[in-house]
Amino acid sequence: MTTPKPRVALFVTCLVDFFRPTVGFSAVKLLEDAGYDVSVPADQTCCGQPAYNSGDKAGARALAERVIGLFEGFDHVVIPSGSCAGMIKMHYPDLFSGEPGWRLRAEALAAKTHELTSFLVDVLGVAPLPATWEGTATYHDSCSGLRELGVKQQPRRLLSAVDGLAVKEMRDPEACCGFGGTFCVKYDEISNAIVERKVADVRATGADLLLAGDLGCLLNIAGKLKREGSRIEVRHVAEVLAGMASGPAIGETRK
Amino acid sequence: MSGGLSPLSFPKNARAALANPPLLKAIAHIEETLVNGRRRATEALPEFDALRDAGRDIKAHTLKHLDLYLEAFERKVLEAGGVVHWAADAADANRIILGICREVGARRVTKGKSMITEEVGLNAFLQANGITPVETDLGEYIIQLRGETPSHIIAPAVHVNKEQVAADFRRVHADLDPKRNLDEPTSLLAEARGVLRERFLSADVGITGANFLVAETGSTVIVTNEGNGDLTQILPKTHIVLASIEKVVPTLEDVATIMRLLARSATGQEMSVYTTFSTGPRRAGDPDGPEAFHVVLLDNGRSAMLGNEFEDMLRCIRCGACINHCPVYRSIGGHAYGSVYPGPMGSVLTPSLQGLDASAHLANASTLCGRCESVCPMRIPLPKMLRHWREKEFERHLTPRKARFGLAVWRFLATRPSLYGLATRLAAWGLARLAGRDGALRQVPLAGGWTRWRDLPAPEGGTFRTEWAKRGRT
Amino acid sequence: MSNRDAILGRIRRSLGVSGSDATRLAATRHRLTETPVNVVPARGQLPSAERVELFVRKASEVFASVARLDGRDDIPAAVANYLRDRNLPQAVRRGDDPRLATLPWDREAQLAVTVGPSDGKDLVGISHADAGVAETGTVVLTSGPDNPTTLNFLPDHHIVVIDASTVAGDYETVWADLRRRFGAGAMPRTVNLVTGPSRSADIEETLLLGAHGPRSLYILVVG
Repeated sequence: MTTPKPRVALFVTCLVDFFRPTVGFSAVKLLEDAGYDVSVPADQTCCGQPAYNSGDKAGARALAERVIGLFEGFDHVVIPSGSCAGMIKMHYPDLFSGEPGWRLRAEALAAKTHELTSFLVDVLGVAPLPATWEGTATYHDSCSGLRELGVKQQPRRLLSAVDGLAVKEMRDPEACCGFGGTFCVKYDEISNAIVERKVADVRATGADLLLAGDLGCLLNIAGKLKREGSRIEVRHVAEVLAGMASGPAIGETRK
Repeated sequence: MSGGLSPLSFPKNARAALANPPLLKAIAHIEETLVNGRRRATEALPEFDALRDAGRDIKAHTLKHLDLYLEAFERKVLEAGGVVHWAADAADANRIILGICREVGARRVTKGKSMITEEVGLNAFLQANGITPVETDLGEYIIQLRGETPSHIIAPAVHVNKEQVAADFRRVHADLDPKRNLDEPTSLLAEARGVLRERFLSADVGITGANFLVAETGSTVIVTNEGNGDLTQILPKTHIVLASIEKVVPTLEDVATIMRLLARSATGQEMSVYTTFSTGPRRAGDPDGPEAFHVVLLDNGRSAMLGNEFEDMLRCIRCGACINHCPVYRSIGGHAYGSVYPGPMGSVLTPSLQGLDASAHLANASTLCGRCESVCPMRIPLPKMLRHWREKEFERHLTPRKARFGLAVWRFLATRPSLYGLATRLAAWGLARLAGRDGALRQVPLAGGWTRWRDLPAPEGGTFRTEWAKRGRT
Repeated sequence: MSNRDAILGRIRRSLGVSGSDATRLAATRHRLTETPVNVVPARGQLPSAERVELFVRKASEVFASVARLDGRDDIPAAVANYLRDRNLPQAVRRGDDPRLATLPWDREAQLAVTVGPSDGKDLVGISHADAGVAETGTVVLTSGPDNPTTLNFLPDHHIVVIDASTVAGDYETVWADLRRRFGAGAMPRTVNLVTGPSRSADIEETLLLGAHGPRSLYILVVG
């Protein structure tokens, strides 16, 4: 009698669901290649971060209750986003202070929720995957993943195993890209000043490819690169790791 | 110049700053010197992170016993022959200081660099009452000549270039020979040194702040690189210290611990040039020193921050590291914030001091990137407190209506998965059609804030949930 | 109600505590009398010879100039040479400190030594430090009848004499020594920790020496 495989659920995130399903499929492939059965709860929508960061705790709590209910039955929850994983791991328990029942459930979910690259390296300790990408890439460290979850070495470790790919660090990979959720439209001029600096840093590396682990950052940086007429490709790190990086890059013309 | 603290003037101020290349160049230069300096200095001290933990713990303990340590401090100051005054708010502090100046018939007053005196508006108050205090810190002196406020708590004149300084000196220094060369910073410094030396020597009253108030000994501590604070406090007959109540620390060992964090975090130096402990007026037999020593302890909103979610902010030692590392400050400089304290620490502190109505926008002008917290020597959870202010803003319905509406719509959809699925499917399809074969949109209805500066990458077309369902997966 | 009572009352109300709570009083009394040491960097924890070398290196890094002398009798010559090298007049002001008063100044007959606090017109002042801190190359100067604080700040050039045996590894050692000399909880009127000559970076972030305090600091380490 074989032991049942751990049940892994993918929290796909609202941005990936809406803008770039390829990232979701890449994450599924990586998890299945590592030997897991992957479920995607059909009723998932949003982790509640926009409400939380806008000061609407009640709104965030309403969404958190749904997420907990949908995902707590799995052994692991994996998310291709540092900010959504950070929301669940670091902030969900806070939403239920004074409610021991919910709080316990939030903490239990937090304990088994992981950002994708962190799951692959820290939990699974995966061996190098057979992926190829010829060229030079540079990596942007998304703020939440870096500072809330400690995601820094994991994507670089995984990328070092990609055949043909060299990683060249930009001058300040940890500098914010200026997305900040609603910040980028509420304070668009300041956001633009910040992303201009990030884009200059990316260009200065001479890399052909920009990677990161958060689609919000990627849409923001890609949008600026495109507006400046740059041909640098922008992708989510999962796409390259899963060998699903042959389709159009973010913002790239579709053939 | 900034239009002051208000949600309306912030966007205007920010826009003006973004259109000011010399200002932006000066701010960029700060990154190179102060940020790199901090990195070098902290990497060279293996115990730095342990010191941060110790600093946090010392202040946390002190704040929980603040009343008792203030009483102990007062006792020691009195024992040493000093005088202690208690000021509830800015008006009190100004009144007390003016009273001391009048009592000693002060005509000339010098000042060391002190953000607390900026906070209470001391200079303007004294001037309105016939006393003009002379700023002696070079950066503060420069902005005093220009009638400006500091744009950074450590480097107050960072926004001024050397040509502007030369022009100001020529305008104000009556004895300055027009033929004298003021092209280089060294000559500007020499000119300032000469002019201010005369002021130091003729002052009746010297006013400083305090980086620390030491409960164990009743000492006030100032930290400077120039030596101006020392000349301000030892030459005149009367020395007045203005300090807010959270500056107190228990012992000399506690000062040593936090001292090791302060200069490294502020400028990348291991120690500032002058760290001076002053205890009471001159003793019998002392050949120099002030004859009267006054300490004005100021509350001005600090006691209201104790015991709640903003108490941690009282650990701040005013190093400026958060300001130097903030991407928003880096983009617009200090004046745009319109408040005495800029950057992350200013955005957390200002609503406590000035009220949320005037300053709620400050907590919103942040990406919550968290870099501030990662460099704070006292481990203050700045993003958490920025979020708290956003919560208070939301509770009090200060959040703009459009934003509240958007959040309500999002919540409505996100709690109804079928409706959500339908709406996202339609929108993704619509945007993808709008983009056609282009990978990105140059203009999108309702998204002007984005597309003014960036293209919006087009969605792939189908949403993940529909594509997943199509493949018969669950 | 006085401001004092109002402020203390507000603090206590916010914290939800009483000012006469025995546990709280004991906690503060304990810290103020035991003065516990926190984290002390390992850097300065060296045997005395290496400690002094570290002190010299650190002081030089912050633009003090440092000379090592075998004995106190070498001080007047060192001072005279320093002035000569910089084209300064042979004149220096000192306090009443017996450690400076009893030096063989007559060996440098051309050197005019004046005594007392500075009036701002002296080019060169000389003080005797109580201690040094090797961790950062800092000299510790205390005020008192023999040591005018103005001498540390007004002259253009400041010469500081320090006995090698008083160079400590850290500040905590200096505080313990101060308590021994002045009593627990007591301090001299002024304690100056001086680390290099005066400087400013307020004009275009350019680092310049000699803002308001001395533009040069010359440390003579004796022994």
